[in-house]
Amino acid sequence: MFHFVLRRLASAVPTLFIVVTLSFFLMRFAPGGPFNLERPLPPATMENLMKAYHLDQPLWNQYLQYLKNAVTGDFGPSYIYKDNTIAELIGKGLPYSITLGSYALLLALFGGVIIGTIAALRQNSFLDFLIMSIATVGVTVPNFVVGPVLTLVFAVLLSLLPAGGWGDGSWRFLILPMIALALPQLAVFARLTRGSMIEGLHTDHIRTARAYGLPPRVVVITHAMRGALLPVVSYLAPCAAALLTGSAVVESIFTIPGVGRYFVLGAINRDYTLVMGTVVLVAIFVIVFNLLVDILYGLLDPRVRHD
Amino acid sequence: MTDLSGIPTTIIPPEESKGRSLFQLAVIRFRRNYAAMAGCVVLLLITLFSFFGPYVISHKYDEVFPSYVNVPPSLEALPRADTLDGVMKGVADRARVELREFAVDGNTFTATIHADKAIDPRSTRYFDRANEFDNTQVTATEEDGKTLKLTGDVKREYFLFGTDQNGRDLMARVMLGGQISLTIGCLASLVSLFIGVIYGAISGYLGGRVDNVMMRLIEILYSLPFVFLVVVLVVFFGRSFILIFLVIGAVEWLDMARIVRGQTLALKRREFIGAAQALGLTDWQIIRRHIIPNTIGPVVIFVTVVVPKVILLESFLSFLGLGVQEPLTSWGALISAGADKMQSSPWYLIFPAIFFVVTLFSLNFIGDGLRDALDPKDR
Repeated sequence: MFHFVLRRLASAVPTLFIVVTLSFFLMRFAPGGPFNLERPLPPATMENLMKAYHLDQPLWNQYLQYLKNAVTGDFGPSYIYKDNTIAELIGKGLPYSITLGSYALLLALFGGVIIGTIAALRQNSFLDFLIMSIATVGVTVPNFVVGPVLTLVFAVLLSLLPAGGWGDGSWRFLILPMIALALPQLAVFARLTRGSMIEGLHTDHIRTARAYGLPPRVVVITHAMRGALLPVVSYLAPCAAALLTGSAVVESIFTIPGVGRYFVLGAINRDYTLVMGTVVLVAIFVIVFNLLVDILYGLLDPRVRHD
Repeated sequence: MTDLSGIPTTIIPPEESKGRSLFQLAVIRFRRNYAAMAGCVVLLLITLFSFFGPYVISHKYDEVFPSYVNVPPSLEALPRADTLDGVMKGVADRARVELREFAVDGNTFTATIHADKAIDPRSTRYFDRANEFDNTQVTATEEDGKTLKLTGDVKREYFLFGTDQNGRDLMARVMLGGQISLTIGCLASLVSLFIGVIYGAISGYLGGRVDNVMMRLIEILYSLPFVFLVVVLVVFFGRSFILIFLVIGAVEWLDMARIVRGQTLALKRREFIGAAQALGLTDWQIIRRHIIPNTIGPVVIFVTVVVPKVILLESFLSFLGLGVQEPLTSWGALISAGADKMQSSPWYLIFPAIFFVVTLFSLNFIGDGLRDALDPKDR
């Protein structure tokens, strides 16, 4: 197990390297630059700016310089958010995104697994149909519709909850963005759970467990659930990485100061270092969660061995 | 010796049992699935509505009706009778004439206008310019041209879906949005299908080191935040319609490649591939003629998953303002514009959202139905 983790971490290094290289050059070949504003800067100012940020050097040198700094954890200054380094920006925004994302993940996971299981146990009943219809709506309605609708209903019409912002971080501020963020994922979890649960309930060991006269609750929760959760667990990795690194849409609708909006703002403003920073951040999250999920997979399914 | 004469010499074949191919069985299973069939019908209706609707309704998607800005949806023809007086007064003011009489009779109106100086007959143009009136003509001239009697048609317009804040017919916009969203969905899926199938088949068939490297590349691409990739590519290529679907297709092929590779690995060991190899076909011929056609089942199922994903992704780009540009539009762009104006004019969100959600719903049902029909082992 220990060797497995070490090997996976070692293989993450070339992956990260290629991710950084790809996005670095992709970004630089895009036309425009961080200082091409609507009103062009005077040439002298431009020249000084380029010099200050080392943008006047050959691309190759910039790339090597960036790699060297990145290894030591220095991702450079932001071009657009003046006087902020990338590390500071992400350090400031990430706690918000992670807090919100982890609540959304918990809601999506538990909510999805529970309603998926209920649907599977009542297969082809009206309840099953209802749950799966709601799940389909959850997948199909984009969260930039869900967000405003939630705000309109709960904040404007009923005035129960604040319409946006972080406030003091209490649950009142979190609940609407959490629902908007969790809903599509909850629907995916529900569909996955239902599918594998139906399959799992027809296996021999479940029939045996039933024949022994175990209470249905035990059969479902301890015996069927274990196998049925495998597809859910493998979806957990991309889902967790996506939720914890913030969503551009939800964060902009609910004005949450997380890191999600940096992707889009960075790309549009050609804020090279900011984009690179967010890319590396997401890549790390994806790699770490894939590793965690693989370990979890081994614990759930004894047929999977990591040696 | 046994006498065989009593035994009939010809064997009457038993009632011919008709064999059914796997494909026919799949079709039968699919037909029995009401949700999937309903999905097909609804999708067909929406496609017809989007692509042939514009030939039926009289308004164009970029036609602006300044008199009908932000009109709520209604089955009634506009303008309503009680507003016409006010409209006519406004027109007369603009033409700098005094309105003496005004009457509406069915679809025609008559008006008498008066001014201190002789009125130029061309000022009837002022009346035609309003969206409400058309074909204004001078029927009589009195007092040396100081008083004119006019007659003309009252133009009735129907806005079943209402209009947007620029006075464009929302129904025409929704039709155009449907055309663009559906087209992007299909074309981008085709692009991802094309790349994914070829990549997956090559990787799976060649195996070994090539497979390792190719799959490794996919893993790396998976850890790239692909929303970023889309944004960068769109910023990079500019916001043209063709490139948007190319870009989306270019990032959606990863899952497809994995699925096709898995299929190929299983197919590779089958006898008919060995036979093809023994006949001396080249690798490329085997991939093209034997591998790819046999992966079609799972691929078709997966396409029905990709199309809604692509439509959602396009709508996300539109939300960020990186989608198709005005006056063109897509459902995603309409929805995100409508979400802003939800409180004051909800129809602006409701109609595109209904079409969008119903389409994705049908695609989901069709996908589920295809999966059940082509892969019956789960049921």
